[in-house]
Order: sequence, then structure tokens, then C-alpha cells
Amino acid sequence: MHSLSGTMAISETSLRDVALMSIEQINEQGGVLGRRLEPVVMDPGSNWPRYAEQARELLQRHNVDVVFGCWTSVSRKAVLPVFEELNGLLFYPVQYEGEEFSENIFYTGAAPNQQSIPAVEYLMSDEGGGASRFYLLGTDYVFPRTTNQILRAYLNANGVSDDNIREVYTPFGHSDFQSIVSEIRSFSQGGPTAVVNTVNGDANVAFYQELANQGISALDVPVMAMSVGEEELRGMDTATLEGHLAAWNYFMSVESSANDAFVETWFDYVERNSLPGGSNRVTNDPMEATYIGMQMWAQAVEQAGTTDVDEVRVAMRGQCVNAPSGHRICMDEENHHLHKPVLIGEIRGDGQFDVVWETEGPIRAENWSPYLNNGE
Amino acid sequence: MIRVFRLLVLLALVWPTLAAASVAEDTQTAAAGLASSNWREVAAALETLAELADPAVLPALQALQNRRLSFDEDGRLYIANAADDTYRDALSGEPVTVAEDALTAVPLNNPVRRILRPVIAQLQIFAEDDKQRLSAAEELAQRPNPAMRETINRALEQEGNAEIERLLNIALATLDLDSESAERRLEAVKLVGSVRASRMKPRLQGLLAQDSDGHYLEPDQRVRDAAETAIAAIESRERTAAFVSDLVFGLSMGSVLLLAALGLAIIFGLMGVINMAHGELLMIGAYTTFLVQTLFATFMPQFFGLYLLAALPIAFLVTGAVGIAMERGVIRFLYNRPLETLLTTFGISLILMQGIRMVFGAQNVRVSSPEWFSGSVQIMQGVSLSTSRVGVIVFAALVVALVWFLMYRTRLGLEVRAVMQNRKMAASLGVASNRVDMWTFGAGAGVAGLGGVALSQIVNVGPELGQGFIVDSFMVVVLGGVGNIFGTVFSALGLGVASKFLEPATGAVLAKIILFVGIILFIQWRPQGLFALKGRSAAD
Repeated sequence: MHSLSGTMAISETSLRDVALMSIEQINEQGGVLGRRLEPVVMDPGSNWPRYAEQARELLQRHNVDVVFGCWTSVSRKAVLPVFEELNGLLFYPVQYEGEEFSENIFYTGAAPNQQSIPAVEYLMSDEGGGASRFYLLGTDYVFPRTTNQILRAYLNANGVSDDNIREVYTPFGHSDFQSIVSEIRSFSQGGPTAVVNTVNGDANVAFYQELANQGISALDVPVMAMSVGEEELRGMDTATLEGHLAAWNYFMSVESSANDAFVETWFDYVERNSLPGGSNRVTNDPMEATYIGMQMWAQAVEQAGTTDVDEVRVAMRGQCVNAPSGHRICMDEENHHLHKPVLIGEIRGDGQFDVVWETEGPIRAENWSPYLNNGE
Repeated sequence: MIRVFRLLVLLALVWPTLAAASVAEDTQTAAAGLASSNWREVAAALETLAELADPAVLPALQALQNRRLSFDEDGRLYIANAADDTYRDALSGEPVTVAEDALTAVPLNNPVRRILRPVIAQLQIFAEDDKQRLSAAEELAQRPNPAMRETINRALEQEGNAEIERLLNIALATLDLDSESAERRLEAVKLVGSVRASRMKPRLQGLLAQDSDGHYLEPDQRVRDAAETAIAAIESRERTAAFVSDLVFGLSMGSVLLLAALGLAIIFGLMGVINMAHGELLMIGAYTTFLVQTLFATFMPQFFGLYLLAALPIAFLVTGAVGIAMERGVIRFLYNRPLETLLTTFGISLILMQGIRMVFGAQNVRVSSPEWFSGSVQIMQGVSLSTSRVGVIVFAALVVALVWFLMYRTRLGLEVRAVMQNRKMAASLGVASNRVDMWTFGAGAGVAGLGGVALSQIVNVGPELGQGFIVDSFMVVVLGGVGNIFGTVFSALGLGVASKFLEPATGAVLAKIILFVGIILFIQWRPQGLFALKGRSAAD
């Protein structure tokens, strides 16, 4: 259940593709419990209430065993009551702001402590430029606002005062970043500055173009992106963006045999189905998360010997797979989030990322941030 | 992926001795430090290389900058050749055969780049090419390294170019801010201050800092005074720059609004048709640009730079044709029924968007700016505008001129104005008002198409492109005064400038809301907009 039309189509379409690819792969290996998986594809059209309607349709009319879907937090919040009411199972593959837990959802993307907090830690380190001033730029909705709230609390706790933090929001699809970039430039005169970018969707193109136009290089003000991956860089001229950063749990350029196999399967799938974009297609973090989720679910079903939601849920806990990120990734016993490694990548001239920093191994998700008061 | 293994033969055994003959020994020792996967060690090696300033390492350093430098287990450095999969020795430049698997890339991150760039600049400061020397001097002025004082002095003696000399002097002065001698510090502060560059401000403010006992860190009163003057000068420059940039960015935003709204100013403003599909006409213009670009890239790549010019008339005709089809097919049956027009054109807008999605896919398409349209123009220090935005401003002016010519200097324009002011009177004087409607709608749609061409250069081209402009376009036309082209011009530029002046204080979201509220209040007070047609003929 991913939007194949509307504003989110740019990001969600490839999640549908990679989910179908994983299903095909599992079927080739004999399916699950000796039976083939059968996909049902829905298109909620970037319309949040429609996600809820279609979730209901999937669970009641199509009787699906599991749903892989959603991207934005608002769509997840829309379907959550449906899954709880009908006791369905949803795999949510995107990094998000945390502050949520449901018995009926498995979160295969990153929680804030698996993405934004390590990213800011890196920016404050010598290696990341020793930033002491932070410009938090985001799109005006729940994910950037909550993330920035957590980051502000974290920064305050680490000796960065509110004078040195500037929080700025833009509407969805903003295309004129001239004033903002020029403000970043003057803000950066006060000391080593970094930008934490939670702008979502295609507005990033305009933002990075304007950075290049006004000659702000990563040497002066590094920009750390939370929602810019390989898919978003596709079709952007990245030569001038060299050195700007992004924090994820996976990059296409990761060197591991599991990743080689993942990327190869992907391109093979793209070619056989002649998907638009062809050899220019890329893999990215949410695609890896979808892939991991699919593998885990298949393993859990085999282990439980049934697709019954209550039993699969128990089997899911502690389930592990060898992920393309090169690590053995496990589902937490309690909080329904994955233990994931955190990677920081630098944008390269060819639209890929070069990993410049990573955690030693997977870290546990804190879906309730200790930096927010309501986290209990 | 099958990796190609290459064997390292005899050559490798002989090689180190040969290389040693051509490169100084301490350079070799220092360069060997680059063979590390720890960026801190690489940075330390670069600091040593900065002191040695040996041009022999320039190729290796440039390779590092381009991520082509790697090393093997023995600590030998290799450069990957750009053209093929072969390697050469980093110091001697001789070709070598080496297995790709045996190599580790030298790490490159921002702290390494920060040291690397001035080291490369220091070596290029003696280049023959003026441009190379200039960019090297710019780099040195920005990030001077104390180890480079001597090299900079030497370069200054030889340098003939005034601009490069100025930059090198700034580099020296920046270093002199830490000098022992108060005289030199004073000179340095004066020189650095004369540049009035904002990035010098933190350094200068550092001179005015006090320690915990209230003693100044900078002992000399004169130096402190000079620093204060310099800071004041920088701040006054910053205020000017902020004002100029708000103004320029506002004009730029206004010109985008203007281009988006001009077509609507004809269709809604003159004809009174509430055309909700206006945004889609812009989108079709942008997609036409994309198609023309693809055609040029496929069939005549040598003229690729000109595709934008070719796209203009084509987009005008294509969207004009779409507009005429809309008018003939649907809208002419609905004149004087604004509610139905609104609903129908909204439907048309959905059909057009879905049609584009079916043909081109839901994802954005990439329209790349031609070479001469990318880059940026510096208006003053600290204020630069991208070339494409400058282009849009110029283009907006040209389109306004075109519309003016069309409306006030052609027979069609005369008939249009006659019909719009008083349809019955015009008809009784022999104007075929039905036909005039068709052409007017076509012209308005064509102008929207021109806007689409311009927008394709600065915003994302996707099926929803028009949705982002439809509300703004109506806002501009209503504010400017329905039926008045020049009202549209004033209101577009005015809205652009106003929102850019608001934005730094309120943020982009709130600025938009404030403007909306402002316009609503203004329209309450003056329903006819900024400029209204006067006279008996207009009264109907």
C-alpha cells in the first residue's frame, strides 16, 4: 500500500517495486509454508484518509496476512486505528519521529536515536566540523517538527544554547529558497555552523540548487539531510553538493556481499520488468527496510507455522536477517523496532554516498525519546 | 560483479628506487603519511606537506581531491587514471599494474578537504594560467595556513595581476592577526577590515574579547579601535546587503509570479473566465520544454544549448492550441455562468493532470538548464542571484512587452478590448465576438505556456506543477485589478518583494499567511483591486 500517484509518488513508487521484487524472490525459493505469496497492490494516491479506507479493504475484503505500506507519518497515523481494530499487521519502512508504539505495527525504519541524534553528534565532533551553531530547516509537518523538538532538547543538554539554534519551516513543495539560504549564510558568521535538513520531497531540489548558486560549500556549512537519499538525488546535479551529508541506516554504496546481491537482484528485476528509469534506478534506505521486513516476516511465518497475526507477532520478536547494510539485523524483543547501524554518508559527484562514519554495530531503537517530556 | 585481477610484475620491485631518484626524500616521507585509512593521519600528513610545498605531490593531492588516490599494504600511493581502469604511481607518475582489490582509498572528508584545498592552492599559485592562480589565491585568502607565509610572500614578489596580489595580501593579513608585533596586527586589522567580508567578523570580534578578569585579550588599544571600526564597516555592509538581497529576491519571486499569472490576467482578467485549469496550462508549457529538450538531446546534441529558445514558440503554440480546444469544446457554452465554468475547468484540470501522469509517469521529469543559463551572477558581495532567475526576470519583462503589443498594437488586441468592454456594442460594430473569444483564450493559454517554459528552469516539473501556482495566480490578478494587465505587473512584483521582506522575520509559512490576510482585507476595502478600468464603457 504505497502511493503511486500524487506528491509522494516520487518516493513511494520504488517501495512498491522492491516489495514486489522481494515477493518474487521468496516465491522462487519455494514460497512460505510451501505456498506462494500473492501481492495485492493498492494506490492510496497520497491522500491520507484513503490510506485508512484501503487498509480496511485489504484486511476485510482481500483478507491479506500482512501489509507493507505508508511513507509519511500522517499516513501511518491514519491507518493505525484500522490495524488495531481488525488486528492486522503493518510493516512501516521509513525513518520517523518515534513517540509511537502499536502491537500491530513493526517499524523497520530508524527511530530518532538511530538517525538524527547520531547525525548531530557527528556534526559536533571534530570530524564533522565541530559545529556549535545549528540551523534546523524542515517542511512544516509532524516529522520535522518532532525531530527538531528532540534535537533542540538534545542540543540544549549538550551545551548549545537557544541563541545558537535557529528553526525554520517551509510549506510543502516550497520552491524559492533564496532568502533562507542567504539567512543560513549570515547565521553561519557566528561560528562553525551546520544545517540539519528535514525538508521532504522534491523541495530539496530547489534548496540544494540555491545552496550551490549562493556558493555555500560543505566546507563552510555542511548540510546534514534526514530525508535525502539516492532516490532524491537522482536527477539532481550533485557535482556542487560534494561533501554535504546524509544520515541513514543503509547506502547503496555500502560494500557487503549481501548488498551486492540485493543491488544485483534489484537491477535484474528492473530490467526484466522494464521499469521506468532502467539502469538509472537506485536502491535506498527505505527500500532496504522494506526488503528486511519482507524477509523477516517470511522467516517468522515459517517459524510460527502459520500466518496468524498473533502468532507471527510473537515469532517476529528477536527475528534476525543478514541485511544489505552488511550487518545482522534483529527485531527487538519488546519495542517492535529494528536494531540498526547508523551510517553517515557524504554526497559524491555521481549521486551516490561515501560512508564517512558509522556506528560499530547495530544500536537499539528508542522509540520514546528521553529528550521529550512526554516520553515515558 | 567479477573483479579483474591484475598481477604486479617485476616492475613493482624495481619501482621504488626509480621513484626515489626524482622526488625529494622528505617529501616522500611526508607523502607516505597519506597512506592511511585514518583521516586524522591523512590530515597530519597534509600539514607536513603544506610546509614542504613541493610541487611533486600536486598530482597526488589533486587525485585525493577527486577520490582517485589509494594505497596498498606497503604504503605505496597510486592514482587511478580517469580514462580507464589503469593506475599510475602517485609520485613519479609512471604507469603501474596493480590489483584493484589490493588497494584502499585514502579517506576524504570535510576536515581533510579544509586542509587539502589550501595546500593545493599553494602549489598552484605559481601556475601559468591566470584563472588557476586567481582561484588559488581566492582559496588562500579564505583559508590561509601559517605554514604558507613564505610561499605567499614569494608569490607576491612574482605576481603581476592586481586582483591576485590583493587576495594574497589578505591571506597574509589574516595570518598577521596572530602576529607578535602590534604594528603588524594593526596593519592587518586595517587591511582585513577594508575587505568588509562577513567571514572576517568572528576573527575581528575575537580581538575585542575579554578574559574572565575583564582584561582584553588584545593588549593594544589601537588594534582594538581599528577592529571596532572594521566590524562597524562590515555590519553596515551587511545591512545594505540584506536590504539589496530582499529587494532582488523579491523581484525575482515577483517575476515568477508574474509569468505564472500573465496568462490568467488575459483569461480571467479580460474575459472573466474563472479558469481553474490555468495551472495545468503552465504545466503543459513546462512539459513541452521537456519534450523539446529531449528531442534536441536525441537528434541534435550539438545545438542542445538552444533548445530553450526553440521551446518558446513551440510551447506557445501547443498550450495555445490546448486553450483553443478548451474554449471551443467546453467554455464557450458556459459564458456568463461562472459557477459552472469553475467546476468544469476544475474537471479539465484533473483530466489534464491525469493525462500527463499516464503519458510521462507520476514522477518529476528532469529539465536541465542549458550551459549559458546555469551558474549565478554576483550583484554585490554577499548577494548573488542564479542566472536562471535573472533570465526569468528579463523574460518576464519581454512577455509583458509582448502582451502589451498584442493588446494595444494589433487589430486583435483592439477587438479584444472592444469585446471585453462592451460585447454588444462591439458586435453591432461588426466584430465577430465569438471568434475573438476563441483567439483571446488561445492567446492567454499561449502566454501561460511561455510562463511554463520559464518555470521549468527553476521549479520541479511534474504533473502537480500547476497546483502550486493556481492560487497565487488568482491572488495576483485579483489584487492587480481584474481587466488590467499593468495592475498584474505591479501586484506580482509587489507581492514578491513584500513576501521577501517579511520572510526573514516571520518565516516562509507565516509570510504567506500574512500576505493572504492582507489581500483579503485590501479586497474588502477596494474590491476592484489596485487598478480598475474607468469610464462609462467599463460599466457593465
